[in-house]
Amino acid sequence: MRKTTPSQDLIRGIWEENPVLIQMLGLCPALAVTNSVKNALAMSAATFFVICCSSVLVSSCKRFIPKEVRISAYILVIATFVTLADMLLQAYAPVQHKELGAFIALIVVNCMILGRQEAFSAKNNVYRSLLDAIGTGIGFTIALIMMGGFRELLGTGAFLEYSVFGPNFEPWVIMVLPAGGFLTLGFILLAMGYIEQRKKMKALMAAEKAS
Amino acid sequence: MNEQGNNNGDNEDTLVVESPVPDDQQVPATETVSTLRLVATLAIAGALAGLLIVLLNQHTKPIIDKYKAEQLKLAVYEVLPGSEHYNTYYLIEGKLSPSLPDGAKENDYKRVYVSHSKSGQVKGVAISRGESGFQDVVQIIFGFDPTTGKLLGMKVLDSKETPGLGDKIFKDRAFVDQFFAGPETPLTGVKAGMGKGLPTEIDTITGATISSKAVINIINHALEEWRPVLDQGIPPAPTSLPEGEVQQ
Amino acid sequence: MTDSIVKLTASPHVRSDDSTVKIMWSVVLSLLPVIAASIWFFGPSAFFVLLASTAGCLVTERLFGSHRGSLADGSAMITGLLLGLTLPPGFPLWMAFLGGVFGMAFGKIIFGGLGQNIFNPALVGRAFLQAAFPVAITTWPAKSGQWWSLQGDNFALPFMSPVVDTATAATPLGHLKFGDDSVVTPVIDLFLGTTGGSLGETSALLILLGGIYLAYRGHLNWHIPLSIFVTTFAVSGLFFALGISQFPPLFMLFSGGMMLGAFYMATDMVTSPLSNKGCWLFGFGIGFLVVIIRIWGGLPEGMMYAILLMNALVPFINRATQPRPFGSVSKKQEEAPK
Repeated sequence: MRKTTPSQDLIRGIWEENPVLIQMLGLCPALAVTNSVKNALAMSAATFFVICCSSVLVSSCKRFIPKEVRISAYILVIATFVTLADMLLQAYAPVQHKELGAFIALIVVNCMILGRQEAFSAKNNVYRSLLDAIGTGIGFTIALIMMGGFRELLGTGAFLEYSVFGPNFEPWVIMVLPAGGFLTLGFILLAMGYIEQRKKMKALMAAEKAS
Repeated sequence: MNEQGNNNGDNEDTLVVESPVPDDQQVPATETVSTLRLVATLAIAGALAGLLIVLLNQHTKPIIDKYKAEQLKLAVYEVLPGSEHYNTYYLIEGKLSPSLPDGAKENDYKRVYVSHSKSGQVKGVAISRGESGFQDVVQIIFGFDPTTGKLLGMKVLDSKETPGLGDKIFKDRAFVDQFFAGPETPLTGVKAGMGKGLPTEIDTITGATISSKAVINIINHALEEWRPVLDQGIPPAPTSLPEGEVQQ
Repeated sequence: MTDSIVKLTASPHVRSDDSTVKIMWSVVLSLLPVIAASIWFFGPSAFFVLLASTAGCLVTERLFGSHRGSLADGSAMITGLLLGLTLPPGFPLWMAFLGGVFGMAFGKIIFGGLGQNIFNPALVGRAFLQAAFPVAITTWPAKSGQWWSLQGDNFALPFMSPVVDTATAATPLGHLKFGDDSVVTPVIDLFLGTTGGSLGETSALLILLGGIYLAYRGHLNWHIPLSIFVTTFAVSGLFFALGISQFPPLFMLFSGGMMLGAFYMATDMVTSPLSNKGCWLFGFGIGFLVVIIRIWGGLPEGMMYAILLMNALVPFINRATQPRPFGSVSKKQEEAPK
């Protein structure tokens, strides 16, 4: 197993192993609720809460969880926090809760969270697990805000409900519909793949020059 | 996913076909945990989780209920303009009743919200109903005057209609205002400008005919269902409001 | 290059005179009367919309296309023209351009260019526009004013809403479906094209002539349009006779994008099945879906979605209708006792 430093644990999830854009995990919420920045933020906040709490709990209780039932135990932990997040959102942000609808409850099956428990929290201490969860949570938030921003900008001509293009802007309705989620994700992945390819080509050229 | 252990994976990769040892014995024997402990662990964890949820629920439920009641109150007052107070009537065995039988759950019964004037006359009835529109179910609430048969108002509570087109059923003021202008029921939807000036006509929205007709149909269907009940007469409002009633 | 009597060459020995370039340009040629008619009916607006959608396609193909971005094969030109013909005359030019870019990039180039695409690129562009700008694409201004006056706000600034102040008129299909007084537009009007609608939706006659010309030259597989027409006629006739739908079968055939779609879009060589048997299945699917969508769908026109849906099924149709190699034994024969 590769040894990592605490700062690596934190940073890794943000970009290098971004859960949505690189690992392609947690795509369901990333596609479903990113039709506005506000919804993306609410979803990110709920997910952030769930992943941090779950990681801390799982890593601190890992000694008591028998290997045979670990997945059920993780799901139980995650589901508990999701229910808590659901009730909190409903009480304190009812408008957002109504917008997100069933997708809050569906955080339970966000494999990004389960993946972090199985891959990291179950094998590392509480401190490291928390760092890892925070990093992953931030990475998820960044991806969702990128998608939400793009979709809201084209779909309604606004950013965080603040009009950017003026009142005459013709909204691209498709962007706030589910199809827009797939298109946006495709666009972002295309751009990232292109940048990555350019980087590799440059490195290759430099290596060739050096030799 | 570099952290993932690969002690299990190796085993499968190196599995040889003619190996005399059965598959299940090749897996290195880990300490076996008794079933009892597995069940106990999950049971304790489940109990703790349940406890946590119950505790938070006790805290958030009043806030959520209050918000819901608040929203309902606002909606009812919006579709019954000029009312300051209403009573919930439940449909029990084909008759309206202002109170539930003992031990009955509120959500098991269909209900309407009735607004009375100071002298006890029925001013209007608010009915909520949902039916499928263009995309998904459109949920609306509307006010209705059972004595004149006219509509008093309409509000869309929930809709996922296409932004820019179908969402005009609640964003287009001109469309919504028609329901507040006291049209007679049953409503008929007509294309804007093609009406014959009948009191039952509602101009549909250009480009969103299906969504607008959905709203009209919901109201008509709801009245088909409720008209017979309402025509039997609405029992007088309870003098003292039962517990839990919304009161202004 | 000897004077030997025996000529030795590698296969293929029989070459057709056709080439992709030749076929594509003859399709463009056959579209010219339809284009001329649309300009005749709708004035300069039609010309501008066609110009914008074609420009969108050409620019995208030039910048990102495979084959070193060559435009010479004319396929980008056809996509642009066909896309333009499916748009209403008063459509803002920036949207038409965007539709061309999108259809080309996501309908064709992303799959690897000409010959690799699953869906008809013109229809991909149209589907994108339909989903993105549902209002603009269903605004058909009533024909009015002089020939040279614009049919709507063609010159709306990029990303800005068009201003529609002229009276709008429904297409024959929309009129029958959503109108209160269920008017069935006379078939002769539909046939000659004196009705409202998208640029290429009007004159069934000219499209029919262009299609027949292409079929005669062997550039399109006549099995596809024929099976679409037969199915549409039969299925809509059945529903009409049973009183389920208010669409008479002949009206179904000549209204909307039926003609243009059947002759020019469903027959796209890349996105239609290989065998004739497959083509009949394909055409049957389109005809059936069109009728279903037109009668029960949320939109008045269903040709676009019908073709796109069947495009997606083409690989399966090809597999199911794979011809048996000559001399091979079918399973039944194999099993039969000798």
